[in-house]
Amino acid sequence: MMDKTTLGLVGGVLVLLAIATAVVYLLRRRGDSGLDTAILETFRLRIRAWWALCTILAAAFLFGQAATVILFGLISFWALREFITLTPTRPGDHRALFWVFFLFTPLQFVLVGIQGWVKRRWGVDTYGLYSILIPVYAFLFILARVAMAGDYKRFLERTAKIQAGLLVCVYCLSYAPAILTLELPVLPEGQEDPYRHARLLFFFVVIVQLSDALQYAWAQIPSKHVIVPTINPTKTWEGLLGGTASVTLVGAALWWATPFQGAHWWMAALMSLVIAVMGFAGSLTLSAIKRDRGVKDYGTLVEGHGGVLDRIDSICFAAPVFFHFTRYWLRM
Amino acid sequence: MAGPVRRYMATKVFHALLIDRTEIKVHRSPVDLMIREIGHRYSLIVFPEGGRSSGREIGEFKSGLYYLCKKRPDLELIPVHIDNMNRILPRGEVLPVPLLTCISFGPPIWLEAGEPKVDFLRRAREAVRRLKEI
Repeated sequence: MMDKTTLGLVGGVLVLLAIATAVVYLLRRRGDSGLDTAILETFRLRIRAWWALCTILAAAFLFGQAATVILFGLISFWALREFITLTPTRPGDHRALFWVFFLFTPLQFVLVGIQGWVKRRWGVDTYGLYSILIPVYAFLFILARVAMAGDYKRFLERTAKIQAGLLVCVYCLSYAPAILTLELPVLPEGQEDPYRHARLLFFFVVIVQLSDALQYAWAQIPSKHVIVPTINPTKTWEGLLGGTASVTLVGAALWWATPFQGAHWWMAALMSLVIAVMGFAGSLTLSAIKRDRGVKDYGTLVEGHGGVLDRIDSICFAAPVFFHFTRYWLRM
Repeated sequence: MAGPVRRYMATKVFHALLIDRTEIKVHRSPVDLMIREIGHRYSLIVFPEGGRSSGREIGEFKSGLYYLCKKRPDLELIPVHIDNMNRILPRGEVLPVPLLTCISFGPPIWLEAGEPKVDFLRRAREAVRRLKEI
């Protein structure tokens, strides 16, 4: 079945998640526990989202790359729906939006999903395709197609909105399942590790979510210096620095689960640091967009509180950076 | 009715009641048709604007609703608002854009005895428009 490393990582996370779920449940039942109900509620929703993510990642372990890519593709589609629903569009954007949803979004994920197969069969790497499909082809198409529709009012603003949605919800998120396609160092004869890639993806998602949670937790300490009060009053410097430092330590402690050979723990620590910073950036950016539109949450998929996009905003910003840092490191 | 597929979808799938807008006969008016179909069993979904509005505002309600209620004052009217429809499939478009939508059902209204047509239509329109804010 699964090797010790994988079982250790996945099992450990599941156990911690179960403990966290139980703790939150008991605290809620107790009523007065000295903790703010709002905080408890936030954690309850977070933990629910984490269980959902775990289930999706189980697909990576059990059913392989294709299933994971498809699942992330569906999440991406839904996140894009939420994003575009929120941003105002004009009738001239309609046709361009159709192609964005039904051509570029699935195509991006198809290209990620078939990478291994195409490389084995024809020696061609689709990485070159899916890394520029959206920033070049889709973006240029959007500009041209919206221009073709003839409505020039607030042209740049409208096209930029669609582009931003496509970038964050589709392009960035596609780099999460793309982690499964990274070329990890060749193992010496006899050593087998079929779950290496899935473990790396699992590590990535765990660190992103943990970084979110720790930044939030550290932000609860009494002395508060809010970073950007106009956009998000819950993000403080204490939260960011404390959270980033602690998640870096956790990432370093999990070095045995990652395939960063040779460098081991400090590479894992560096990656966790990068993830924490990018995760914060993603969360802040999407908060800014929500503030501008005057809404609290992106959608109503998860129990009427917050949408999919609220849960994956950190993953979206962290994924491409993590992917490329790792890829660059592996090639050195 | 254009095309066999559309005809099939309209009649067998959606059970649509087809109104001939080109030839309005007095003794077989659309309102009578609707009342006959409703009978005492069925609900009828009515789009009082008459056609798809191309803007973001709800269009003016045509008088059919008023005459329908005048002939059958016991009919319960439930206002329904479908959010974002003008962005998902605008008038004249064939390709849909899958945005999030929300269907809101409001409390029922009836035609008051002696209520003039203009007031009733305005009240009905307001009932639907109010659901937009929710």
